[in-house]
Amino acid sequence: MKQLLVFIRKEFFHVFRDRRTLLIMFGLPVVQIVLFGFALTNEVKNIEIIISDNARDINAQQITDKIKASAYFKVQESVLDYNDIEKAFKKGNIKCALIFPAHFGDDLCHEGKAQVQIITDGSDPNIAKTVVNYLTAIIGDYRQQISPSPTLAYRIIPETRMLYNEEGNGSLNFIPGVMALVLMIVCTTLTSVAVVKEKELGTMEILLVSPFKAVFVLIAKAVPYLLLSMINVVLILLLAVYLLDVEIKGSVLLLFFESVLFIITCLSLGLLISNVTDSQQTAMLISMMGMMLPTLIFTGFLFPLENMPKVFQIISNVIPARWYFIITKAVMLKGLGFTYVWKETLVLTGMTVALLGIALKNFKIRLQ
Amino acid sequence: MEDNKAIVCKDLTKQFGDFYAVNKISFEVLKGEIFGFLGANGAGKTTAMRILCGLSFPSSGTATVAGFDVYKQQEKIKKSIGYMSQKFSLYENLTVLENIEFYGGVYGVSRKEIKTRSEELVQTLGLESEAKKLVGALPLGWKQKLAFSVAIFHKPQIVFLDEPTGGVDPVTRRQFWDMIYEAAATGITIFVTTHYMDEAEYCNRISVMVDGKVEALDSPANLKKEFNADSMDEVFYQLARGAKRSGD
Repeated sequence: MKQLLVFIRKEFFHVFRDRRTLLIMFGLPVVQIVLFGFALTNEVKNIEIIISDNARDINAQQITDKIKASAYFKVQESVLDYNDIEKAFKKGNIKCALIFPAHFGDDLCHEGKAQVQIITDGSDPNIAKTVVNYLTAIIGDYRQQISPSPTLAYRIIPETRMLYNEEGNGSLNFIPGVMALVLMIVCTTLTSVAVVKEKELGTMEILLVSPFKAVFVLIAKAVPYLLLSMINVVLILLLAVYLLDVEIKGSVLLLFFESVLFIITCLSLGLLISNVTDSQQTAMLISMMGMMLPTLIFTGFLFPLENMPKVFQIISNVIPARWYFIITKAVMLKGLGFTYVWKETLVLTGMTVALLGIALKNFKIRLQ
Repeated sequence: MEDNKAIVCKDLTKQFGDFYAVNKISFEVLKGEIFGFLGANGAGKTTAMRILCGLSFPSSGTATVAGFDVYKQQEKIKKSIGYMSQKFSLYENLTVLENIEFYGGVYGVSRKEIKTRSEELVQTLGLESEAKKLVGALPLGWKQKLAFSVAIFHKPQIVFLDEPTGGVDPVTRRQFWDMIYEAAATGITIFVTTHYMDEAEYCNRISVMVDGKVEALDSPANLKKEFNADSMDEVFYQLARGAKRSGD
């Protein structure tokens, strides 16, 4: 036991004296959070829209004002013919055009029916759809205002709510994703590199000749990264709460323990990688490319899993980060308790035990 | 086992499939002896040494190291030996003292003892001013001397040196061998592999391995006589010429 402590102390020296490691360890989460929080948002804001008002009546003006008041649009007003509008699209000046025909107000008041045209830039279908939705909502809202009493006998007014995230805050979804990603990178990469480094230096040989138990070498290597990753989780959560105004709805303690479980999963994976590689570069490459990409793609935080072909959905089941992502989302955003995530926790625990078992067994076999 | 033997091997064999890496080697190393373990690359030195260090099991034959059986008492063997490899094996981003503390700790030397003995060691090596500096900043010769001192820090009965002087300048090599003699004088058995034939001359006895077998074993003087050679270089060349295996 005392020997193990001596070893762990040494590992801490290594970590704290290596600026690169520290930078990856603590720089990465901060950069990711800031990037995803402010730059890489999939919310659509400040859409450049041109409003071509050929009617110049009160109704068209009221709708224009409503659009101007919304934070989603940056409005240019000018009467243009179709060709000019297309030119503006081609130049990329605008993402959307709204055209009121002449007699818009007249048609609306006398016939009870009027048309507007919405043109969007379909080269980015996601934005285009979002823009159409926004505009339809604003116009629908206006229609309600001017004729509150339903003229038709039956009208269904759908009232939509985005549960757990009423404001549509984009930060919410990616925080669990970033946590999964950062822990994956930090734990897996740094652990595998730390072990392989000893092999490269030749110190591993010395350690194996010493009476120090081989399994302890792995444990001692993993412990500092376990502790530092726990600090990392706290750091990410603090950034999420204070910088991005994300509210942790569930139990912070539960979230923390689930994170520790996931950290151990990643550490086991890192140890496994270090067993099958002999150089730091290979270890780095496998853990960065081999682990980061699947984590990005198959957790469902960037691309919805439901839209993927069945094969990929099945593959996603073996990605540990996927389960962690589900758990964090449930606990953090929906405020659910352990009774709702025990299945996912069980899957993750199973994976961890399997990975750790293989890593330890493999390590012993390699010595023979 | 006889009391004055540090290592006893009899018909020790390591087989990988059809390949006999080590083929029925037998030899004895006396306590306090400096035993040179020579052989071309691929002759089977490393495999034999790994068995003796308790890192792998032999396929057949018997061997005891410090009186412990290589099949059943690997852990006890590990406690009684020291090991230094051709690769530099200290941690560059730890200080001289931290390296000593670490290896001492791994071998279970008590903290108090580590403290007093590491101070002594730093003084003997003349590293007082470097004690708190990172090992990475030391010149290679110093590093190798430090590595050797660390390998015998826990006072092992036998120390295995695997090409300890690779890449070191002749003067430092000479100093290194002075340290080996000092260690041997305190009763530590030295088991050393080397490619430098002048170093082979420093050994009490040497064995030469060719193709997995020990082809010659005697004191350097006797070997030279036997092979009618002027230097160990010539002895080694005559033996190694017959080798069928080469390279690692």
